[in-house]
Formats: sequence, C-alpha cells, structure tokens
Amino acid sequence: MEIKKIATREAYGSALQEFGSDPNIVVLDADLSKSTKTDLFKNKYPERFINMGIAEGNMMATAAGIATCNKTVFASTFAMFASGRAFEQVRNSICYPALNVKIGATHAGITVGEDGASHQTVEDIALMRALPNMTVINPADAVETRAAVKAAIENKGPFYLRLGRLACPVIFDESNYKFELGKGIEIASGNDLTIISTGYMVHLSLEAGKILESEGIKARVINIHTIKPIDKDIIIKAAKETGAILTVEEHSIIGGLGSAVAEVVVENYPVAMKRIGINDKFGKSGKPDALLQMYGLTKEAIVAGAKELLGSKK
Amino acid sequence: MDRQKIKELKRNATIIRKDIIEQVYCASSGHPGGSLSCADILSVLYFYEMRVDPKNPQWEDRDRFVLSKGHCSPALYGALAQKGFFPREDLHTFRKADSYLEGHPSMKSVPGVDMSTGSLGQGISAAVGMALAGKLDNKDYRVYSILGDGEIQEGQVWEALMCAAHYKLDNLTVFLDHNGLQIDGKITDVLSPEPVKDKFEAFGFKVIVIDGHDYEQIIQAIDEAKKTKGQPVMVVAETIKGKGVSFMEDKAGWHGSAPNKEQRDAAIAELDEFLAKLEVE
Repeated sequence: MEIKKIATREAYGSALQEFGSDPNIVVLDADLSKSTKTDLFKNKYPERFINMGIAEGNMMATAAGIATCNKTVFASTFAMFASGRAFEQVRNSICYPALNVKIGATHAGITVGEDGASHQTVEDIALMRALPNMTVINPADAVETRAAVKAAIENKGPFYLRLGRLACPVIFDESNYKFELGKGIEIASGNDLTIISTGYMVHLSLEAGKILESEGIKARVINIHTIKPIDKDIIIKAAKETGAILTVEEHSIIGGLGSAVAEVVVENYPVAMKRIGINDKFGKSGKPDALLQMYGLTKEAIVAGAKELLGSKK
Repeated sequence: MDRQKIKELKRNATIIRKDIIEQVYCASSGHPGGSLSCADILSVLYFYEMRVDPKNPQWEDRDRFVLSKGHCSPALYGALAQKGFFPREDLHTFRKADSYLEGHPSMKSVPGVDMSTGSLGQGISAAVGMALAGKLDNKDYRVYSILGDGEIQEGQVWEALMCAAHYKLDNLTVFLDHNGLQIDGKITDVLSPEPVKDKFEAFGFKVIVIDGHDYEQIIQAIDEAKKTKGQPVMVVAETIKGKGVSFMEDKAGWHGSAPNKEQRDAAIAELDEFLAKLEVE
C-alpha cells in the first residue's frame, strides 16, 4: 500500500484554514506565505491575514502587541528566522509577558534541502526550550500537526510549532489519534531498549524498530511531540523497563530532544543513553535524502545506534 | 487652551519628576535623564488625553500606551501611580527584589503597563500591533508610544514605522523624545540618526515638530494627530535631557546614574520650588 505523504507545513496551513473561523485568530507572515502555507488561511480569511514583509523581528513584537488585545496570533516564517533572527523579540516581547502568540516555524532542520546551511536551523529546539513560558511542539506527521495547531489555539500562551518542508509519511490515523499536550506516545512496544524520537525522524524510528525486531531485538518506540514541557513519566518508565534509551532527532545533539531526555534520565533513573542527531555541524545544500544519509539520519543509522547502545547496556 | 488646566498638567509633571528622583534615589539605580525629558508628554497623555480607567487597567476600549524607551520606567510609574493605578508609596520599592516595580516596565506585574518593554526597538512594534488590532476590531481606541532618539538607531524601529505607514495606522501617534543624548554622549557623535524629520517623512509618517516641554504645543500636536486620516503621526518633541533638575540638564552622565543624598535633596528642593511658584502664578 502506498503511504500518503504530506509535509507538516502543509498540514499547518490546512489546520489554520480549518480552525480559522474563530474571529480572534490573526495570522502574520514575513513574505513566505506560499512556503509556510499560511496562504491557505489568507485565501479564506484575507481580512485577518497580515503580511509583515521581510522583517521577522518586527513581526514577532507586532504579534505580541496584537496578542495584548485578546487575540490568538499565529506568526509564521522559516524556523531559522523565527528562532534565530527574532530570538530576542520572541524572548522579551512574547515569552516574558507570556503572550498568546503561536510561532509557526516551518522549514526546520536539514530536510530543507537545496537552500543549504543558512536556511537549515538545527539549533531551534535548544533556543526555544530554554525560554520560560514557551511550549515547544515538533509534530511527526500531518495528523499530529493538525492536533498541535488545535491545541495551540485552545491553550493560552506562547507556542513554538516546529514544522518541516519535506513531504513526510502520514503515520497516524486521524480516526483514533489522540493528542495530549505534554504527553509522549508509545508507538511500538518492547523492552530491550527504547527509541525516543521526534518530528521527521519518528517514521524512520518506527521502521528501524521493525528491522531490529526482525533481528530479535524488541525496541520500544516513543514519539515525543511536545518537547517542552517534556513527558517525564514516559521517559522514566522507559528507563526503568528497558534500561537503555536512544534519542533520534533532526536537530543538533546539543540542546534538543536528546538533551531534554538526558536531563530527565540523569536526574531520575540513569541508564545507558545514546543521542542520534546532527553532530555539532552546520547543514549543507543537497537533496533532503542525500543529506539525511550524509548526516547519519537514516533507519540504518538508527539500527546501528541501537545495537551499539545495547552493547553498553548494563 | 484653559490656563488652569495647563497649570494642573505642569503640577502633575512636576510630581512625576519628583517621583522619578525619589525612585532612582531609593533604588540607587535607574535612568533619571530620559525620564525627566519625557515627563511633560506623559503628563498630557495621562492627565489630559488618554482614555484609561485606573480601576479597570485591562479595559478593552482603553487607549494604549507603550513606553518603547523602557528604561524610563520611573516616569511611567510616576504617571501611573499619580493616576491611581497603584499606591504612590510603592514607588519607593522600585527595582527592589520584593517589589512588582521591575526596572523596566513589566505588563505582568505593574497595573496600567500595556506592554513589557526594555529591549530597545521592540515596544514600537508592539504599539503597531495594538493599532493593527484596533483596526481589525473597528475599535476607536488610540495607541501612543514614546521612542528615545538613541533608540531609533535600532533597525527594528524602522521596520515598525514602515509597517505602520503601509497599513495606514492613523490610530497610532508616536513621540520621539529628541533630547539629543544617549549613554555614550551626543546621538550625533555616537551614530547620528539625523535628519530625523526627513527620515520619518520618508517612512510615510506625518511629522510634527514641537517643543516637548510646551503644553500648548504637545496638546495641539495630539489634536492634529487625531484629525490626521490614513497616516500615522510622529511628533518629534525637542526636549532637554534631565529637564527640571538644573544640574542634570543636558548631561549624558545622568542617563543611567542615581543621585546621592545631597543631589537628591537639591533636586527635590528645586522641584518643590517650581511647584510653589506654580501655585502663585
């Protein structure tokens, strides 16, 4: 059966269009509405779409000002500029006063592809999760993205939604998928080790789990969509029951999911751990698949990492 | 203009000035120079112009004010306390660990503060956001903001101004507190933003240049701004840093330093003398 593929940015735009009837929702973009897919909202609700031009810092602080007037504001641009260029506006004007601004940050990670390092943020999770009052969500597919947008609308306060450019397999079934803010989801069971994954790497982690299973290794696979606040319970339980944790993310191994999981593990139930991610490097131009190979973000690399980790398990 | 009202506004401003000195003295830190230079504008905004209700600081239809030059919080807090948003005696706790009066305005802790500011160049963007929201909701509230003249070295200010003009935010009135000094010296020596009038006009604003300590001119500028349609207004207020305390006037050194006991006493005495003269005017 052919698996449907939808980029999470596409699902984001569709969700804004779907839930956009609420007159308190305002969507801002910085000249990238065709890429971030906020144009789907713009086409339906042009009166509540504001193009802020190529001025991301101003966009974030303006979003904050609009939010002070009891509105839910989505501000979209590439993740690089949302978390990087506009970091201080996000910190001081949005997070410090805890305003109701939802940052729709698309084109995160190296799967941006050909545009190369200048447009491939691999440090945004680290930056955003360090901010008080910020909720950080990195959805794994289109179904989860829709649910994350809904949760962002329903919960007041700053949100960072990390979204991808690349079409991504839809792994969840809309009819039975349940999104709980701050809760991880066990998507494969096993007790030999746990693979904790987020975003684009979740479907690859599931596939790696299947390869491991065919070799007699039963890996538990956990999808962490909410990186902050992180689900401590599911991580501690995995540490206790499987004794080894492998984290997998399309982000630097510094400060991202791996770090967040390690913080929980070290303080609560230390077990063997290994982090798969970008190894303190910038990205580069290339086809997304070629880059995933080059940076070691493949199901084969996850399988190899799992085996290496099992060897160091006490 | 009613002379009695102007006298009252001068009195309000002088009390703001006394409170600036007291706050900065009690905290042994803060920014008296730029606070004193914008006190007259704040007096007109809070005691003459703005539609606000101290009993209902979150009133949806209120006029908004954003102090983009957030380090001049002593002036804003002085105005808010005198207006009745919080007890005036609390001003003595300014910048202290157990106080809600943060060094830079915090909307989460200080009643009447419409936007948290402090990092220069960001407040003006938030003011633009409030004006956009007012247009979206067809509300008739107005948005006011004060920019520092050193602050406009921040590129974000110009992004915000471009946006305000593009969206024809005629519900937004911005004051430039043009006192000519920043921490390191004259703005024209540090990194000149001049000619400011031409630049604001080029960015699509209607520009009104006034003496920022002349009440008739401040009020006239606001009236003219309210009549202006389809365009935001920038009031370039020519001011004196440290205004009202003679030894602080036009001295960059008083940008961010606190007076000692002797200096505090001299400043308060001078302001009290001004108040006494006002009464017999």
